[in-house]
Amino acid sequence: MKTKIKAIALALALALGMGVTALGVVAGEVKSLRPNAAAEADAPPAIYKVMEGTKHERAYRQQPPLVPHTTDKYEIDLKVNQCLRCHEWPYSDQEKAPKISDLHYIDRNGVRQDVVNGNRYFCKQCHVPQNDAKSLVDNKFQAATTNTNIR
Amino acid sequence: MSTENPAKQGVLSGWWSALRSPSSRWSLGMLLVVGFVGGVIFWGGFNTVLELTNTEAFCLSCHEMEQNVYREYRGTIHDSNRSGVRATCPDCHVPRPWIYKIQRKIQASNEVWHKILGTIDTREKFEAKRIELAKHEWARMKSTDSRECRNCHNFGAFDLTRQQARARNRHSEAEQQGKTCIDCHKGIAHQLPAGAFKAERELNDSVGGAVKP
Repeated sequence: MKTKIKAIALALALALGMGVTALGVVAGEVKSLRPNAAAEADAPPAIYKVMEGTKHERAYRQQPPLVPHTTDKYEIDLKVNQCLRCHEWPYSDQEKAPKISDLHYIDRNGVRQDVVNGNRYFCKQCHVPQNDAKSLVDNKFQAATTNTNIR
Repeated sequence: MSTENPAKQGVLSGWWSALRSPSSRWSLGMLLVVGFVGGVIFWGGFNTVLELTNTEAFCLSCHEMEQNVYREYRGTIHDSNRSGVRATCPDCHVPRPWIYKIQRKIQASNEVWHKILGTIDTREKFEAKRIELAKHEWARMKSTDSRECRNCHNFGAFDLTRQQARARNRHSEAEQQGKTCIDCHKGIAHQLPAGAFKAERELNDSVGGAVKP
């Protein structure tokens, strides 16, 4: 009886041990799109300078326009939205800033409102500051304006 | 002259007549030297305490400041930047010229009173008061032509060619129109209150120097 228990324990330990080493090997070989191993902490993102001044042209028709200035210090919360201080009418005329598209004022029932609708309120979700960050992975993306297959 | 309270009269009028009568015991030179040295020590002590109340650490000794405005200020350009030059609470909120500094310090006794009353001792109370506090500070800055900003940021010392095109255009416009820093730069070190833009328009309409673009 005792030897039987011992044998089972030994077998279990062996199996577990092999499993662990096998897992270890697998985890070591897993390759993600990120440069570092999957189990390690992510490296901090590279810092790119925002390209101020001229606005980059859109790569495809529906692309949200890029922002030609830094936005990281702008407050967007329940109290205020500092983007609107320049880009909402009538400020956009006074500050000579691009006016928010009227589509942003349509609520989910398709009714036009006088204030920017809640589902478009968080500007930075779509409009990001432009910089010359490199692609994270190689890809064959072509801007719609240069893709001769389309136009 | 009250004669029914001789003890009180004795002490008070004794001190008073002693102050009024010329000294027969101490020489004039001795009095001058003691008065001068005592004055230096008194003024030094007064100034030391005044400067002690003009430090970031003193401001943060109240939780109202530490838990609200200071935490918002952390990470802004005046707190941390590439060269490590900082502008802390008193640099913006206490004038440097002596007479205005004393004036502000006397006003601040009202803030001590509200500290005792607990006017903003919770986050909710602070948020409810935020618009009023912000309006006070904007009005103060506007009335002094943003004096505290200009301790460091001087229009005359701007090298516009080293600014981004957007900043360059706006700054030269603002200078020509006689605008002051706070007209545009609100909410740079602390969060803005709800209704900030409406309050801004009211301020520009009420205070002289409202400039239309």
